[in-house]
Amino acid sequence: MSYAPETLRALKRDASQIMARYPSPRSALLPMLHLTQSIDGYVSPDAIAFCAETLDLTASEVSAVATFYSQFKRQPNGQYTLGVCITSLCGLMGGDAIYERLSEYLGVGNDQTTDDGLFTLEKIECNAACDYAPVMMVNWEFFDNQTPTSAVEVVEALRAGRPCRPTRGPDQVPTFKEVSRTLAGFDDGLANQGPSAGAPSVVGKDLAAAQGGTSVVADAAGSAPAPGAADKEADK
Amino acid sequence: MTALMPLLTSRWGNPESWTLKAYEATGGYEALAAALKMEPAAIIDTVKDSGLRGRGGAGFPTGVKWSFLPPPDGGPRYLVVNADESEPGTCKDIPLMMADPHSLLEGVIITSFAIGCHHAFIYLRGEVVHVYRRLLNAVREAKQAGLLGNNIKGSGFDLEVTVHTGAGAYICGEETALLDSLEGRRGQPRLKPPFPAVAGLYARPTVVNNVESIASVPWIVKNGADWWKSIGTEKSTGVAIYSLSGHVERPGQYEAPLGITMRELLELAGGVRQGHQLKFWMPGGSSTPMFTPEQLDVPLDYDSVAAAGSMLGTRALQCFDETVCVVRAVSRWMDFYAHESCGKCTPCREGTFWLRSVLRRIEAGGGRPEDMQILQDIPKSIVGRAFCPLGDGAPSALTSSLKFFPEEYARHIELGACPFDHAASYLFEAVTL
Repeated sequence: MSYAPETLRALKRDASQIMARYPSPRSALLPMLHLTQSIDGYVSPDAIAFCAETLDLTASEVSAVATFYSQFKRQPNGQYTLGVCITSLCGLMGGDAIYERLSEYLGVGNDQTTDDGLFTLEKIECNAACDYAPVMMVNWEFFDNQTPTSAVEVVEALRAGRPCRPTRGPDQVPTFKEVSRTLAGFDDGLANQGPSAGAPSVVGKDLAAAQGGTSVVADAAGSAPAPGAADKEADK
Repeated sequence: MTALMPLLTSRWGNPESWTLKAYEATGGYEALAAALKMEPAAIIDTVKDSGLRGRGGAGFPTGVKWSFLPPPDGGPRYLVVNADESEPGTCKDIPLMMADPHSLLEGVIITSFAIGCHHAFIYLRGEVVHVYRRLLNAVREAKQAGLLGNNIKGSGFDLEVTVHTGAGAYICGEETALLDSLEGRRGQPRLKPPFPAVAGLYARPTVVNNVESIASVPWIVKNGADWWKSIGTEKSTGVAIYSLSGHVERPGQYEAPLGITMRELLELAGGVRQGHQLKFWMPGGSSTPMFTPEQLDVPLDYDSVAAAGSMLGTRALQCFDETVCVVRAVSRWMDFYAHESCGKCTPCREGTFWLRSVLRRIEAGGGRPEDMQILQDIPKSIVGRAFCPLGDGAPSALTSSLKFFPEEYARHIELGACPFDHAASYLFEAVTL
């Protein structure tokens, strides 16, 4: 391992905090791999050695796990992962065009990083935001309802160091290394930033309220409403 | 007309809805207070009696699942929440945890109390970092308020909750693969039996439930099984979140009693994209057979959708209008399954690979007449022969599309090209290109 002594000390301290969350230390492996990515920007040979030594595993056992999961990178990642959803729905609704445009604009293909080390372009699979299609994830923060133009604008803002706010996320997109540390379970203090929900998430709720219907938490404490009572009657 | 009924979605969008303060101001943790005064077995009976069925896809009765745990033997037993929401089209658990993480946490505490668990886990997919922040924050707030930790609210009950992030693998939504992943291994499914109830996490008795199922528990405990049963249909009780996406005017989350129809939901969503007609739709995610406008009046409950030849799944209603090439959509889903197949079993690993290859060549114009037969044959070697449901579900869209749109495949092969203008399906003006 070629980690500097102070880096190693910090890694060990963090790793023991992670292990303390579980009844069995091996459960710490995935968060620990996220943690090492916050140092190296990918799962480096040092990271494999560190995880193996800490958890009393072999290097091949750790590698077998690291190579199974798509968020663990085998080459140094860019500062920002641009993940364009190309699964059927997002892809057909325009994700394909967004990916093509970004690929052309950045001059890189899938899973490749720009020469300046800023951006890694990635085709991603469904990220559970289909009602916001087409979706782009920047370092796993939501950029909803994208177009090829808006996606390029995000890239331009990040490149110029201008403010860049996800649709549903913190006020500013963190870097890949910062997000990797968060994913290892270390508080970054950003939970209270950003909205509660985007418009599609509340479309049904708002419609029900507009229809003067059965919105429940309005009468708080959920004294149970008689749900769709009229319908039940009609059914009889 | 079935009316919408926002319960689990009712706090979404409220100011700072994710905080303990906002949650408690809207009745939050009242169900927990009631539950802690009940006998644990009585909570299990209430949930069993409510008829609540799993909201993660399979629809297994939640309370029955809990009752499968063997009697306490003095060792640990675990609750693991499946928050790995990854089935294409499914997008309900992520907004729930972002907007209202305490509702999940309250369900976790009640369920843990009921089944005798003292360390619960929430396995969240790793690609949603802001949701992770909100969950960690909720756990921290709950701990500070004495809702987690030792002697919760003076009840003598102790509970620790760990929120764990995955790292990108659809297969981890399968419960035994999830458990392996949570143990720090490759996420590959286990042979069943033994089922998790007997030998789950760390080979101990374990309940694995979906986010929406667990978040429904406080509502049931607070208002009673009879109330829950009065909503929905006889065998599909209660409310559920329906997620509309794709070519509809107002995509989003619509919470309604089980049994609402797609025709009703489409009307609420402002209909199909203006100037277009519905071509096909997926009722329960990409692993469920597709429907066409013919099935618009099928009640969207577990049994009616099954009787109509598909599955309710996760109520991930993806809508595609006439501009969409069904071969392209199916080909893209097959890319997904081939990418996400864990490789453990041959039928799934090889079958999805070959289906992907054949579908891609048809879509790209290189299809051969014999491909039609190949597309019929390969699924027969996967379905029922795969190690886990990923394989079983992988060819669903393909097989159903061959039933509804055989001529579209034939046309690609005849023409040696895709006859569709793909840009016509985009949700933005092609001009912005």
